[in-house]
Amino acid sequence: MEITNAKYVNNTYMDEVDHIEATIDGEVWSVPLVEGNRFYNEIMRQVEAGELTIQDAD
Amino acid sequence: MSFVKAGGFRGLQSDSDDIKIDTSGNVAFINNNIVNKNLLINGGMNVWQRSTSASSLTSNGYHSVDRWQSTIGAIGTWTQSRSTDVPSDQGFSYSLKMDCTAADASPASTDLLIIRQQIEGQNLQHLLKGSSSAKSLTLSFWVKSNKTGTYVAELQDTDNSRAISKSYTVDSANTWEKKTITYDGDTTGTLNNDNDDSLHVLFWLGAGTNYTSGSLQTSWAGSTDVNKAVGQVNLADSTSNEWYITGCQLEVGENASGFEFEPFSTTENKCMRYYEVSARSAMGVLTMGPSRNDATQVDAFIAFKVRKRATPGVSESGVSFNTNGNISTQGTRQIDNDGFNTAYILNGNQTSYASKNGTYKADAEL
Repeated sequence: MEITNAKYVNNTYMDEVDHIEATIDGEVWSVPLVEGNRFYNEIMRQVEAGELTIQDAD
Repeated sequence: MSFVKAGGFRGLQSDSDDIKIDTSGNVAFINNNIVNKNLLINGGMNVWQRSTSASSLTSNGYHSVDRWQSTIGAIGTWTQSRSTDVPSDQGFSYSLKMDCTAADASPASTDLLIIRQQIEGQNLQHLLKGSSSAKSLTLSFWVKSNKTGTYVAELQDTDNSRAISKSYTVDSANTWEKKTITYDGDTTGTLNNDNDDSLHVLFWLGAGTNYTSGSLQTSWAGSTDVNKAVGQVNLADSTSNEWYITGCQLEVGENASGFEFEPFSTTENKCMRYYEVSARSAMGVLTMGPSRNDATQVDAFIAFKVRKRATPGVSESGVSFNTNGNISTQGTRQIDNDGFNTAYILNGNQTSYASKNGTYKADAEL
């Protein structure tokens, strides 16, 4: 799974992070912060392995 | 009271059993279509929401056919496609075809090539795994390949890191053959009663020595890599190689019954629990009226056709609006099992009807 451009996105109502926006295998996906979602699991695996950095939310 | 004890029954005109009863009392109606006996989804390879063909494959993923994941670990390059080459007079419309387009005749020790399906634990509780009453499982499928020889079909209990492998043989080149494999029940390791993966069904197609150098583990035991795919041929050793499969069924008991043909919509709905793509270029009329007193932000909620296994990832494409040009930027996206809501920031007040068009994908696969 090729993941690039990972970035946290804030909830505009409550000003807190509610998902990650990332390009996964060439497509932009909104990834929920939920263990068990395979995209989230892979993002976190790559972060822990030092292969990916998630940018802060704006 | 008197009893008739029998292992099978057959009709007057039949030369084989129409009803079979195994040693644990599980009854298999060989030609009847008992609903939901198949633990696998899309075993007939009918649903292909992502694509009917994917080429230049060298990595893991759900590339085309629904529910079937490819594990391609540095062993050749592949085209995976929907084929109309099926066993004759069996009722199947499609098969899954794996076509080698770049060969790897000498795989490294860690290389592996697998087609697999993962099953939720909450759908497997009736197997009684981990108890003294654990049920046997029977896997049946049709397979065809130019590459004859030994192949391996493995079950993996991912909750308890246990596994069992059985081999089958493709006897005749380029000929559809039906294979039936029975796995003993496992009296060790209960499966979690949840929506995560608990059992994997793996069709091995190639493996390096890390998976082949031991003894094939034909009884349930702790998962040991070297014992997983002993004897497995290397389907990646030539660009002439092809492998087709359809009619995959995993059922309780020691006998294989006839394949469970179900309406397309039934299979499609089962698949959509894990992955869904909207089928039209317009998502339809959306409720996107002003939702705040100051009317500087509007919400667009889209309900999934089928509730998802878990909170999915969402991807949209071709999004456009009918909002008099008022949309400024996309704001929050909230996703749950039932749908997703997207907030949009407006340049000014939106006082008239608004709509949003485009397509979406939602992925909650295991």
